[in-house]
Amino acid sequence: MLTTFRIRRFNPESESPQPYFEDYQLVTERSDTVLDALIRIRETVDESLTLRCSCRGAICGSCGMRINGHATLACKTKVASLISPDETIHVEPMNNMPVIKDLVTDMAGFWEKVRQVQPWLQPTGPEPEGEYLASPDAMNHLTGVMGCIMCGACVSDCAALEVNADFVGPAALAKAYRFVADPRDGSSSSRLTALNNPGGMWDCTRCMECIEVCPKGVGAMDRIMTLRAKGIEQGVPSTAGSRHTEAFADLIERKGRLDEPMLAVRTFGLANVRQMFSFLPMVLRALVRGKLPKSGPLFRPIPGIARIRRLFRRAKEGR
Amino acid sequence: MVTAYEFDVLVMGAGLAGLRAALAARETGAAVAIITKVHPVRSHSNAAQGGINAALTDRGDKWEEHAFETVKGSDYLGDQDAVEILAQEAGQDILTLEHMGVIFNRNEDGRLGTRRFGGQKRARTFFVSDFTGQALLHVLYEQVMKARLPVFEEWFVTSLVKDEHGQCGGVVAFEIRSGRVALFKAKAVIIAAGGLGRVFEPSTNALICTGDGIAIAYRSGAPLMDMEMVQYHPTTLRGKGLLLSEAARGEGAYLLNVEGERFMEQYAPNMMELASRDVVSRAEQIEINEGRGINGCVLLDCRHLGKGIIRERLSQIFEEAKSFANIDLTEEPIPVCPGMHYMMGGVKTDVEGRCWDLAGGWRGVPGLFAAGEAACLSLHGGNRLGANSLLDTVVFGRRAGRCAGEYAKTRPQPRIGDGVVKDGENSIKGLFARPDTDDTVARIRHEMGRAMTQNLGVFRDQEGMAHAQQTIAGLRERWNHVAIHDKGQVFNTSLVRALELDFMLDCAETIALGALTRTESRGAHFRTDCLNRDDEHWLKHILINHRHDGPPQLDFLPVRITQWEPQVRVY
Repeated sequence: MLTTFRIRRFNPESESPQPYFEDYQLVTERSDTVLDALIRIRETVDESLTLRCSCRGAICGSCGMRINGHATLACKTKVASLISPDETIHVEPMNNMPVIKDLVTDMAGFWEKVRQVQPWLQPTGPEPEGEYLASPDAMNHLTGVMGCIMCGACVSDCAALEVNADFVGPAALAKAYRFVADPRDGSSSSRLTALNNPGGMWDCTRCMECIEVCPKGVGAMDRIMTLRAKGIEQGVPSTAGSRHTEAFADLIERKGRLDEPMLAVRTFGLANVRQMFSFLPMVLRALVRGKLPKSGPLFRPIPGIARIRRLFRRAKEGR
Repeated sequence: MVTAYEFDVLVMGAGLAGLRAALAARETGAAVAIITKVHPVRSHSNAAQGGINAALTDRGDKWEEHAFETVKGSDYLGDQDAVEILAQEAGQDILTLEHMGVIFNRNEDGRLGTRRFGGQKRARTFFVSDFTGQALLHVLYEQVMKARLPVFEEWFVTSLVKDEHGQCGGVVAFEIRSGRVALFKAKAVIIAAGGLGRVFEPSTNALICTGDGIAIAYRSGAPLMDMEMVQYHPTTLRGKGLLLSEAARGEGAYLLNVEGERFMEQYAPNMMELASRDVVSRAEQIEINEGRGINGCVLLDCRHLGKGIIRERLSQIFEEAKSFANIDLTEEPIPVCPGMHYMMGGVKTDVEGRCWDLAGGWRGVPGLFAAGEAACLSLHGGNRLGANSLLDTVVFGRRAGRCAGEYAKTRPQPRIGDGVVKDGENSIKGLFARPDTDDTVARIRHEMGRAMTQNLGVFRDQEGMAHAQQTIAGLRERWNHVAIHDKGQVFNTSLVRALELDFMLDCAETIALGALTRTESRGAHFRTDCLNRDDEHWLKHILINHRHDGPPQLDFLPVRITQWEPQVRVY
């Protein structure tokens, strides 16, 4: 099958170092992965095509890149799964990190953020003579997160990171979760307190991209949500993020739909004068166009609110 | 201005052996750095799936049993003093790993759980699902981050340097990202740069396993040992050679031929599918050669294990079978064949990882250490048992690190002239300056891989091996002229691959030489023209010394026997 690969190239040493797309046509077999194809291009067509790759088996995390717009491992992506024969496969370097050359990105920032969560076991108390006792379920549960190979796919496609470079990001947070959920680790409350700061667990915007693109099923966003729940449970000081979550749930329970002005007020606090003032232009514009949402007592519960409240009751009892 | 870094101990390679060595060296108070051509978590240690062996006395196991089975597995070529240390220290090292944070599988009572592995009668393999290597590697890297050890990531080492007394004094390397060449001075260098699997095509090994450390040590005067001993794993995917863990058979999977028979009954009636790897691989190859295979494969059948076991304990290979062979292990058996997997041989060391002999029984390079797959103690002899390689990396990585750290305390910083950096730069410039050729590095590498697989595979003979040797010599000649088409300084992977091929050709040459020299069949080295093991003449190791001005020189060392005299090997 003749396949066209449109690869984003970048050579920092060229006279005008600008990224550009280059097309390569290649006969591919049913069993070929995108990595097989890229290696064949490199070996038979253009030696200068640059990428990282090593294990070929989705365990080393070297070949993270974006294929048809989503980050993944080239070694795990079958060419045949992507296209009908006349379509073009787009291959680009990962997003949210600088490109060094062609498909090779600079992951120093990625690792700096991983280091921020102090990613090592911090037990308290004396070390046992034998192993730490731990339930098989707890350890099996952790294998799901330990399966993370640090390929960077989740960070590449993280929508929050795209607009908020301070966000520690899904990979680091999943790593943090791995320790918070480890019964041997004694530092979960200080970890959660640290993650409560700006840039931490509340900066995720829950777009689910990290879950979608993860080649190992780590489910970073789910881990982040569990971190938040544990944080609230353990009583970390409230933040805009945690107040937003609590107010959101509370308002829905009372009205059945979102009272948006009230959500803003409860998230930031009426006393936060600067923040409240910053909303003024938006409020005035909405008012002029007749789009200012109702709020407070003017915002009536939806019909059938009793059913919504029953759902909330059940969910709370279920815990 | 020449860049020079100075450390007490420099570790080349950041897989399990390298990271463990670095941490141990740091504990002695030494200034330690790691230099590696890929980020540590990209290392090939990741690929170890099944587990790590240890005989724990508090659960009724005996280290002597583990040691004996290792010796028997080695076909009596393993040095028994080294094997005894491995088996005695295994338990403590596993506990250390657990305390560092490895999420080993647990029993119902919360203690460490085990599974069975090949060549062993007891279940003494500790594991993390079927990605044990990855789980260990990431935890050791966590410890390296905690200890704030400097890691020079994506630096490619081109040579070892020695002072005027022949003492190892560091390495010359270039930063892949910038092309900058620098000298790393060190009182001790530990080679932990892994195996050489890519010398063969196909191989279970990652593309980075190109024998760099082995070749660099060899060229600097350290002897290589047991190079003829190459392990072929019984369950690899045909074509690309990806590994399906022995854990599958450890959990009870069957091997079937085209008639649906568990053919291992004929070859190893007691241990069946869990006989040692050389025995199982040979049996498979015989089945295939005699027409009882399917497209060059036999079948690995996991179906009777049930979905629970497969999904929970074999999750990685379940995924792998699905992604790479389009097979659901819970529904159908998967075709597998023997494939190149592991190098038993490597840079000769003593039990402290030293690549020189304190007693002067063999010559080497003072100040140079080695550990892991790059090293050869000889622990695994003619055949390594499954789940002994991870153990090897942590036990002997730790010992090499500690010894190197202590050794560095006794030594001044070696005097190395800046000229070595200029030499390094010039040799790279020389490669770039070669006139254009039609030949490519990739073509030479593929031809080498095919020649090695065809002639130095599961079954070998004089004619084939001699043919391979000639082929390698011809490919070496071609390498001397092949051009590098990308001449950039930044992340030039063409340059990296050309240099890797240079190292691989040295490795290939020594493998063929060792195999031609050993005129018997032992362990993984099986010659159809010398069918039997010959203890009278060959209960000894073959050492290969590099010569700058002539063919390699051979030396021999007797096998060190402590308590197990060679017996007939039956499984």
